[in-house]
Amino acid sequence: MSLITTLARLEAVDTGRAQPLATVRHRHLSDRPLVFVPLTTAGEAGAPLGALVGTDRDAPRLLVVPQPRDRDLRFAFLAELADVVLPYIDSYAEDVEAAERNETDPETGKRVKVEVELCADAPQLIVPSRAGIDFVRLLGRSMRFRRTAEQDPETPHPAPPRVPLLGRWLTHYGERARVPGSSLLLALTDVLSRHWATGQSSLEDQHLGALLAWIDPPDDESGAEAALRAELQRDAKGQLVCPPAGPATDPAFDNKLLAPAIERYDRARTALAAAEDGIEADDRLGELTAAERQIRDLVASRTRPTWDAVWRGLDLLRALPEGAHATDRWTRDRWSFTGHRDRVLAGEPPQPRRDDAVTAANKLATREREQARLEAQEALDDPLVMAGRRLAGEAFAGEVTDVVMAYSEGKRPSPRPLVTVRTDDRPHLGERAKVYRSLGGKPQAAEFVGYEGNGGNGEEQGGYGEEHGGYQSGGALDDNGALVVLRVVDKMGRGKEPETGSVPEKGDLVCFTLFEHEQRGGAKLPDPEETPWTHGGPPGETEATPQLHAPDAVTEEDVL
Amino acid sequence: MASALGSPSAFGQSQFAFMRGNAFEARVKADGGAELLRLVHEKLDARAEPPTSGVVPDLSAVGPEGRTARTALALREATAAGVWTLLDHPLLALEVAGSPAFLEPDAVVVHPDGSWTVVEIKSFPMLDGSADAAKVGAAARQSAVYVLALERVAARLGAEPEGRAGAEGRSAKEDSAEPEGRHAQDSAPAPKVRHTVLLVCPKDFSNLPTASAVDIRKQRSVTRRQLDRLTRIEDIADALPEGTCFSPDLPTPDLTVAVESVPATYAPECLSACELAFHCRDRSRAEGAVTSLGRSLRAELGGLTTVADVLSASRGESGDPTDPAVAALRRAAELRAEALSGGPALHPEASGHAT
Ligand code: SF4
Repeated sequence: MSLITTLARLEAVDTGRAQPLATVRHRHLSDRPLVFVPLTTAGEAGAPLGALVGTDRDAPRLLVVPQPRDRDLRFAFLAELADVVLPYIDSYAEDVEAAERNETDPETGKRVKVEVELCADAPQLIVPSRAGIDFVRLLGRSMRFRRTAEQDPETPHPAPPRVPLLGRWLTHYGERARVPGSSLLLALTDVLSRHWATGQSSLEDQHLGALLAWIDPPDDESGAEAALRAELQRDAKGQLVCPPAGPATDPAFDNKLLAPAIERYDRARTALAAAEDGIEADDRLGELTAAERQIRDLVASRTRPTWDAVWRGLDLLRALPEGAHATDRWTRDRWSFTGHRDRVLAGEPPQPRRDDAVTAANKLATREREQARLEAQEALDDPLVMAGRRLAGEAFAGEVTDVVMAYSEGKRPSPRPLVTVRTDDRPHLGERAKVYRSLGGKPQAAEFVGYEGNGGNGEEQGGYGEEHGGYQSGGALDDNGALVVLRVVDKMGRGKEPETGSVPEKGDLVCFTLFEHEQRGGAKLPDPEETPWTHGGPPGETEATPQLHAPDAVTEEDVL
Repeated sequence: MASALGSPSAFGQSQFAFMRGNAFEARVKADGGAELLRLVHEKLDARAEPPTSGVVPDLSAVGPEGRTARTALALREATAAGVWTLLDHPLLALEVAGSPAFLEPDAVVVHPDGSWTVVEIKSFPMLDGSADAAKVGAAARQSAVYVLALERVAARLGAEPEGRAGAEGRSAKEDSAEPEGRHAQDSAPAPKVRHTVLLVCPKDFSNLPTASAVDIRKQRSVTRRQLDRLTRIEDIADALPEGTCFSPDLPTPDLTVAVESVPATYAPECLSACELAFHCRDRSRAEGAVTSLGRSLRAELGGLTTVADVLSASRGESGDPTDPAVAALRRAAELRAEALSGGPALHPEASGHAT
């Protein structure tokens, strides 16, 4: 945690309300996200118990598995889920725009530009919490190797037709969620706690109800009190008034309400099966329906508060303006979506159980690069994030006090103006360190020359980093801050005189970063693992042995 | 006690999880532990003769002391017999903070070479060969405690001359630190407790068992160090006022006073580990302790330990400005306020002329 974040948390404790950690929204939000609030039956492997799902906050679709141990009922649940999710996904698959991409021509081995399609927008999935993301991944894994009767007439327990496809999509979304800054699948608690600091620990922030209570407490209550209530308050029956956001349920709910209801359902089923004539069967069917109804009501009662909370959280986030680069990262998400669409269309097999070494290494490299990109972009989009980088000595801001024109040596001298910036920050500037500022959205580089009044030589100074070690200031620093002399080295045009506006002027307020603004890896291009094999494919994928796609062994006690 | 203090714990187990866990464990141990022994053989001791029929000694006895003695005896017999043996829910004793604690691993297997393996049976799935790292970590820490307790038993068995079962070995303490070493000259070598435990989980989405070997040496040394460092319960008790009583039957205020007489260092991690967490959290928050927000804050904030102190230092109302922690806090507060006020927009996209 940076000291600025810590301060925000402590201020939240003090004021009883969450405090901002961002001035803009750092994640793209779709106009029409699909919200998914799943519940599982306890027993760890995550058998679905039910879910609310949909794009209309007033009309969620309730899906329920009245007896989670029954495979047919689970399949029915998954089929229904596919009926909601797949049409939603499909509705984004067809609206495309033309785009270009560099590819290696398989015959000549040369890099060529090809025209490809890019989906104009992408479907976005929102779950309440991080555990929800894990569950999406788990569902995806459990479904993508299933066989339908059409694929394999011999298969012992054929899955409903669209279930394996849903598994592939959920797997893709689950994998994408591991990429820093991506927004195809978001956990609301993560996004909210990125933007607000509460007066509780980050562990406690994973409780959606408590988190919202801090961010948006009721009028007559402090965030702390409301959060405590959300966490702990129980009704007369011993049930949590604010049920956990799932997918795990509260044990008290399982034991006191759900277990008896499932028992009743089981009894009604047995009785129906034993009915001897039509009239008796009718009666018993009535009882079965009633028992099922009861379970549905129970599941609805535990998911609806979370469902409403998710939409409330989305409202809060929407009130923040979207950061400029969040849109840019969403474009990468659209590439990711388009790439997977193409793989499905091309008839590729489902994602393998385990990545081969090359794919795994690529994914890791992608994540590291995206992490660096995210950190740079968030700072560029948001002065509050930049403040943290300045405090850490990774950026500095101040007023330009002097500009001296200078030129490079050589046959065709280019402008290399010397710019002096007065700053109160303590950047970690090493000798000839490169620094960058944003000029019309593009990074302009400069080189650290030295501190004025300090012999002009670069001297390492500390920031206000965690260790506070650097606080003792260098010689050039007094109450008026330090005078940093920089040499601007690019983005000034080709002429001898720099283009207008390309060099800071005296009196300008500027902010330079010590980190690069852009990451190599091609802006807005799809990541290697998302390149379908029709386009050169990820390496190693073709060698995948067929057994990697074999269906799972099925046993009577399966839970998913 | 947590309930009596007015802050009941949130722990509880769903009967669904309980039933499924039990069903899985029963399945793993069915048929005299045939499947379990097969897994131990396959994953840990493939060079030994494969188990044909395992021995499952009866471990029932009266009271925890009786059961631990029975367990020790069964271990000794199995070690001497040199055949695959499954101890189902043995009971082990381990001294914690100066008083004995009883531990019940899911199973301990004795190999034909006389070495012992701790087996943990969990109901979380092993998906495509790997399980949730956090859960595996927790299981490893748990198993490490069992291994430590088993090493004590092994040391005693090694120390005792033939025919003196149950006698306390003189040098059990030193020996346990070097469990694989030979013991005193005049007795049999201490049996070897393997530092690789077997974690058995359901495979993928099925109820079929699969297993993986987990090396717990690191967890073992961490646990051993923690155990050595624990303040002895007697010492804690000695420091309490005369007549302090922790009975949940006491009136809440009295019980609260009693509990508060014991020093506690609450941190958010307590929430997932300790039943008193809500009580301690209330207390920690009421004191304004910064660590109620996370242990790491202590290091970050230097000597400032309460929310009020930190905030007043950051506003320049208190604190020594030459203290680097205070100076950094003030600068952080300044920068934060500047960014939030939208003030002089000192960020790159907005660079322009100052007015
Ligand atoms: S400080 Fe933590 S571990 Fe100790 S009693 Fe309190 S909650 Fe439990």
